Formats: sequence, structure tokens, C-alpha cells
Amino acid sequence: MTSDDDGDDRDMIGLQFLRLGMLALAAGMFFGVIGGFQFLFPEFLRELLFTKTRPLHVSLVISWIFLASIGGIYYYLVTQCKLKLFSPRAANWHFWIFVVTGLAILACYFAGRFGGREYFEYPAVLSIPIFLSWIIFGVNYFKTVFKSTEPWPVYYWMWGTGIIFFFITFSEAYLWLIPYFRESMVREITVQWKSYGALTGSWNMLVYGTAIFVASRISENPQLARSRMAYGLYFLGLFNLMFGWAHHIYLVPSAPWLRSLAYAVSMTELLVLGKILWDWRASLASYQIHKHGNAYRFLFAADIWIFINLVVALIISVPALNLYTHGTHITVAHAMGSTIGINTMILLASVFFVIREELPAEVHSGCSKQVTFGYRMANVSLAVFFVSLILAGLGKGFYGGGSFQEMMLSIRPFLLVFAVSGVTLMLGIWIVLFSALRLINLRLSLASRGAFAAEY
Amino acid sequence: MNRRAIFMTLCAAFIPYSVYVYTQGTEASHIRAMSEEARYGQQLFQEFNCIACHQFYGLGGYMGPDLTNVVSSRGSAYARAFLMSGTQRMPNFNLNESELDAMVAYLEFVDTTGRYPADDYQINWYGTVVQSDE
Ligand code: HEC
Repeated sequence: MTSDDDGDDRDMIGLQFLRLGMLALAAGMFFGVIGGFQFLFPEFLRELLFTKTRPLHVSLVISWIFLASIGGIYYYLVTQCKLKLFSPRAANWHFWIFVVTGLAILACYFAGRFGGREYFEYPAVLSIPIFLSWIIFGVNYFKTVFKSTEPWPVYYWMWGTGIIFFFITFSEAYLWLIPYFRESMVREITVQWKSYGALTGSWNMLVYGTAIFVASRISENPQLARSRMAYGLYFLGLFNLMFGWAHHIYLVPSAPWLRSLAYAVSMTELLVLGKILWDWRASLASYQIHKHGNAYRFLFAADIWIFINLVVALIISVPALNLYTHGTHITVAHAMGSTIGINTMILLASVFFVIREELPAEVHSGCSKQVTFGYRMANVSLAVFFVSLILAGLGKGFYGGGSFQEMMLSIRPFLLVFAVSGVTLMLGIWIVLFSALRLINLRLSLASRGAFAAEY
Repeated sequence: MNRRAIFMTLCAAFIPYSVYVYTQGTEASHIRAMSEEARYGQQLFQEFNCIACHQFYGLGGYMGPDLTNVVSSRGSAYARAFLMSGTQRMPNFNLNESELDAMVAYLEFVDTTGRYPADDYQINWYGTVVQSDE
């Protein structure tokens, strides 16, 4: 970056994170599609084992969620919240550590070197630089927002919470390195799930904070991020994140009250559901009129997916029902519904919000044909994808017969629909990403030529 | 309303809760301690990334079956046979004798830690599940 205009230089790190995140998503979905077909046709690309495609998919798409959230945070703090980033240089370090570690992780997967833990399937040492980069990010974030003189809007709380819980999830995910933990299966599985509660909690805080930020900006209603209700929902979310994770281990023989507590805590999400229904009409009316057509539309999709996923989550959090759904594709449906339907839609809204702010002359307030097409294709495909996973899960959960092979055969038609809709889902998202990447690249190349200030 | 106070209270509750989860909360009635051999098996299980296709207590990938109780439901010899030859879907990892022994020892160890899926349980009126061995 050659620009000596401080203002222009500062926001670019956010855009770089966004661009990297979009590339990770595009690649991650590709491996997901390959994995989906390998599930059905074991001969498909046998050289690239499923043990490789699965972690490639999972790590890349999780990176997308984190990278796009982080990119948004860097960008919003500086350009929208008008705070001065504590250390732009540290932000650059953060970015490059992430790039280098990410490439090392991908290389390990291709080479077949695994750490073999769910979600963190890469060799454990590679967590050290990731941990380091989060320390850099955390210090930079808190040093920046503590400069703010006014009371924090709820998204500052949420972003900060997301960063803190990332450290918790990471620390807990590696407790297995200590024999005390790994040599007790119950402890090992329980702590692992506790850690994943903090993992999804962490990214949800980052993403939902972003959603509230974008929604409050496009509706031009800062109250959205400062109302009692906003903080109330934040604390409810935090409470769930801390104590609700044990709904994943109803059948692991840990202390029973941990699991009963999780059941009770999970049910408090009914409040969120009620609130959504209550607000539904109001939220529709308040954003629609505005100039951010693309961002609005993705937030709208996220709203609907939140509703659907919450209903599913509540149902499968009842232990008696969880008995049938745990360890089936219903869990996958829930995970895909929330990571794609909710998180990805919100983050795409954020990306388009940023683009519109940065390139007002290039993007119209309405939506381009291309984005509209991709958006529709992605959401319709996701609906089919979601339903086929639910049906496959029901087939597995209620299967009465003997062998695993027969069960898999009986749900094969659903898995086939799942794999095919995965392809169209990927294509839909690719179309959207293509359009967004082109614009982000345009903005970044203007900045690197120092031409931006002159042109706008 | 003091937001900082609420945040601190939640965190203050989370710390002892976490410590409890790490200690008594997971102090399960282990039938036996993990042997050296089983420990080696656990390490291999991670190195070969078996979790991409298999689960323990429902955690893991879904291409293959859950392995928590494969030993008591099918037997060690059966599990060993799968590992020795692979199948059309499961790759053959070309494990040597001692690796096979270790892997089976690990599966045997896991088998003693609980039942998954539950086979003998009761459901309470408010929807919780109690297994017979709890
Ligand atoms: C690519 C996916 C895949 C990987 C990786 C994999 N398996 Fe399997 N495994 C399967 C499938 C699928 C079956 C069921 C048999 C079939 O359909 O071919 C199976 C069956 C088994 C069985 C028999 C279980 C039963 O209840 O019938 C055992 C034991 C087993 N695998 C252990 C392992 C171990 C240990 C590893 C790691 C070294 C491993 N598997 C890695 C896919 C996999």
C-alpha cells in the first residue's frame, strides 16, 4: 500500500480480510461438494480421501466465518465508528499470520497429516500461531474500543465476547494434550463439547454483533444497538453459550445436573423465538426503504433462517427427542442451516454493506441481476439441502433394522438430493461471491494505486 | 442496570462451573483405566483421522457407524477384521500387528465408558432421559 493518506490506508486491512474470507468460502464449498459425493460414491476421487476433503471443507468454511467477521470489525471500527485503530501494523501482522498458518494447515491436510480432533483436524502445533494472532487481534480490539468515550453499543460487547470466548474454546479444545483429560473418555468428550459450545458461541457473537451493526446502520436506527432489549438478548445469548452446550452430551455419563441445566437453559431460547415473531413485521417495514438493497436482502434471508433453525434447535434440545436426532443428519441440517443460512447470509450482508459504502458510484442501491440470481439460487438450494438432511436424519434416527449398511441404503435417496442441491448451493454462492470479489478487488486496487482519493 | 456487573456475574459463575466440569462433573465410573496400549491406539485414531467418518457418542463424521460400543455389540475380532482389510468405503490403513492391537485396545477401552446409543433408559414426563446405569 503506497497511499500516504492515513484514512485510505487504514480501512484496507478490513477489506483484505473480507477478500480472504470470500476466497476461503468459495474453496471450502468446493471441497464440501466433493465430500458430499464421496459420501455416496466412495470411488469418487478416491485419491483425495474423505479424511482430507472433510477437514478441508470444515476448516475453510469456518475460516470464512471468522475472516469475514474480523474484516467487518476492523472496517467498521475505523470507518464507521470513527475510532482510531490502536495498531494498524498489528492488524497487518494478524492478517499475514493467518494467511501463512492457513496455507500450512491446507498443506497438512493434502499431505494427510492430521491432528484428528473434530473441528481442529490439523496438527496441534499449528494452533500456536492461530492463538498468537488472536492475542494480537484481542489487544488491538480492546485497546481500540476502550478509547470510545460513550457507553458501548451492544455490538462492541458482542465482538469483545466473541474474542474472549475464542480463547476459551481454543484452550479447552487442547486440554486433551494433558493426560488427565484424554485418559478419561467421559471427561474428554464432555470437555470437547464444552469447547465447541464456546467455539460456535464465539463466532455467533462476532456474526450477530455484525448483524446488529449492519441492521442499525441500514435502518438508520442506532437504538437497535442500544435498547434494553438488545442488551437483554445479548446476555441471554451469553448465558446460553456458557451453560447450554451440554445439550450435546445428553447420553454421555457426566453429572446429570449438568445436562438438566443445559436442557433448561436451551429452552430459554424460546424467548428469542417469541421476540422474533413479535418483531417480524416491524423489522420488515423499517429497512425496506433504504439504499442498501443487497445488504438488506441478505439480512432478510438470515432472519428467516434464524426462525427455522431456532425451531429445529429447540426441538432437538429436548432430551427425549435428542435421543433420536443426536448423531444423525439432523444435527448436520442444524449446523448447515445456521452456518450457511444465518451466518453466511449475515456476513454477505456485511460484505455488500461495505461495498456500497466504499464504492457508491459503482453499486446501485438496488440489486444487480447477477446477485439476485445467485441469492435466489443459493436460498432455494439451501432449503432443499436442509430438508433432505432432516429427512436423512429422521431415516437414520428411527431406523429399526439391523445393519449400518442397510440404514445408509435406505436414506440414500435423501443424500443424493442433498449432494445435488449442494452443487447448486455452491454455484449460487459462487455467483454472489464473484460479484462481491470483483468490487472488493476494484476498491483494493484503487487504494493500492493511491488513486482513490483523486477519483472520489 | 449495570451491564458490566451482569457480565462479571456470568463470568464468575462460569469459572467454578468449568472447574466442576473438569473434575467431579466428569468423574465417571470408569470400569478400567486406560492402558498404555489403548493410549497408543488413541494416538493412531487421531493420526489416521478416523473421526472424519466415525463418531464416539455421536461426535464425528457420519460416513461410518458410531464406534462407542462396537466391541460389545460386534466383538473385538469383528472390529479387527474391518481394520485389517478395509471395505469398499473404508480405506485400508495398512496397520501392522501392534498398531491393530492398539487400535482394538482403544476401542475396547471406549466401550467400557458408557452406552451409545442408549439401549436401556426411561423418559421422564418433562422430557429428560435416564439411563439404567446412571
Ligand atoms: C472414509 C471413511 C472412513 C474412515 C476414514 C474410517 N472408516 Fe471405519 N468404516 C467406514 C464405513 C463406511 C464403515 C461401515 C462399513 C461399510 O459400509 O463399508 C466402517 C466400519 C468400521 C468398523 C466396523 C464398525 C461396525 O459397527 O460395523 C470399525 C471398527 C471401523 N470402521 C474402525 C475405523 C478406524 C479405527 C478408523 C481409523 C483408522 C476408521 N474406521 C476410518 C468408513 C471409514
